[in-house]
Amino acid sequence: MNYVIIGNSAAAVGAIVGIRANDQTGKITVISDEPYHTYSRPLISYWLQGKVTDEKIYYREPDFYEKNRVSALLGKKAAAICPEQKEVVLDDGSRIPYDKLLVAAGSSPFVPPMKGLETVKNQSTFLSYDDAQNVKRMVSEDSRVLIVGAGLIGLKAAEALEGKCAEMTVVDLADRILPSILDLEGSAIMQKHIESKGVRFILGQSVSEFNGNKAALKNGDALEFDVLIIAVGVRPNTALIADAGGKVDRGICTDDRQLTSLKDVYAAGDCTVSHDISGGTDRILALLPNAYRQGEVAGCNMAKEGSAVYDKAIPMNAIGFFGLHIITAGAYQGECYARQSEKGYKKLFYQDNLLKGFILIGEVDRAGIYTSMIREQTPLDSVNRELLFESPALMAFGKPYRLEKLGGIKGE
Amino acid sequence: MKRVYVNEDWCLGCHLCEYYCGLSNSGMTDMVKAFSGEKKPLPRIRIEEGDGINFAVQCRHCETPLCVKGCITGALSVGENGIVSIDETRCVGCYTCVLSCPYGCIVTSEDEKAVKKCDLCLKNGGDPACVKGCPNKAIVFEER
Repeated sequence: MNYVIIGNSAAAVGAIVGIRANDQTGKITVISDEPYHTYSRPLISYWLQGKVTDEKIYYREPDFYEKNRVSALLGKKAAAICPEQKEVVLDDGSRIPYDKLLVAAGSSPFVPPMKGLETVKNQSTFLSYDDAQNVKRMVSEDSRVLIVGAGLIGLKAAEALEGKCAEMTVVDLADRILPSILDLEGSAIMQKHIESKGVRFILGQSVSEFNGNKAALKNGDALEFDVLIIAVGVRPNTALIADAGGKVDRGICTDDRQLTSLKDVYAAGDCTVSHDISGGTDRILALLPNAYRQGEVAGCNMAKEGSAVYDKAIPMNAIGFFGLHIITAGAYQGECYARQSEKGYKKLFYQDNLLKGFILIGEVDRAGIYTSMIREQTPLDSVNRELLFESPALMAFGKPYRLEKLGGIKGE
Repeated sequence: MKRVYVNEDWCLGCHLCEYYCGLSNSGMTDMVKAFSGEKKPLPRIRIEEGDGINFAVQCRHCETPLCVKGCITGALSVGENGIVSIDETRCVGCYTCVLSCPYGCIVTSEDEKAVKKCDLCLKNGGDPACVKGCPNKAIVFEER
């Protein structure tokens, strides 16, 4: 069997593991336009911060390809898929045949059209190792840094640059920060915390025009800066599948085995649409754990059709900013249990006898017990709800659950 | 594989397993010295206490370890022996494993960015200290 994987990040690694669990001998080829050994994309902010070195940014150990007998074509870009000939065409014109193909092409930074953007000398997006290296080269102790986008990526960049530049301003069109993972109150808590570290926010505003190192805002104010980081969002890389005639919505559409509408062509990771079982909607879940799981399921099915399904996707994020941890998961719908104390901020959302979602700031210990209840759709009336809402603990579950999970005894 | 199993009917809630775990992972040999300093050793096992029920919880070394699959750096891995362990030098403290673990078995501390977890005392001789120290055999190390 001849497996080809386009992409070299979490979904690709998951796929390699999935394939090798079922097929020790088939040929695996990885194609990536980035010239690096598989590295952890979320680590780029830690790298910029100086907390992770070049030697430690890898996602899997340096002998990972060798151990898994993977032939890695790095620095090569897949330009097209020919589903009839079952070939991938590279941008140098060479053709790579496949029996089973995985598209794990990830996403690209979204740069909205902004007037005069081309006049900005020092600018970068913040999604790749190359981006992080660009930012490092551009920023010095005297730099005034302007970050457009107060989401996860923009604020991770801000955290990384703390103490490395003279000032930092974050502009966002939204009227609050981190709207993709937090509610209003949570956003306010995080904003206050991040502001206390010297980051200035200008919210509900956007840049109407750039002119060199000056940004004119919609409200007429002007900002001067030395380095611009654009972190407005990401868009799934769907072109390879769309151009080949495969089904694409906002991302690449797959079934729960990660198979696309094209024969023998699978897709996984940030380029795909997931079915979020907590909110019951189809959406892009550009999250590393999701990408790995999808990739692994795709790999299993590529090697052994029908051997795995991925039907438990939910949004979930664990992220910290300037020492304050956030863990969130699921859908923020239904009734709400809320608690705020010096230790932290907590909101649990429940509906139809199910825990649907949660937001935890600061007090995040054992959050996975909540995540598991959302993912496994554990009925709330099967647990001690009062105890569980107070703090996540296995005490809230019945003795049979504990006998099985902690005692290794099934069905008693 | 051999795992640590819990018999909650026998657990006294004495917390000795926590102390032995902390000591075993502290690099020290003297319990009194280890726990008399300002910074207490951090146990990877924890006792849950309730109305007449107590039990110990630590990593289950799952066959499908969601912590490992979700780890953003690759710091968490499954060894050939099935033991889930962490390379603390590669952990950045993002807590995706805390978000993922269904049993709440990843331990965090304010002093260190890297998370801690039970590795069945793999690095401490392979004989779980919590089991050795349990006075009532409420936790055992065996195949089931």
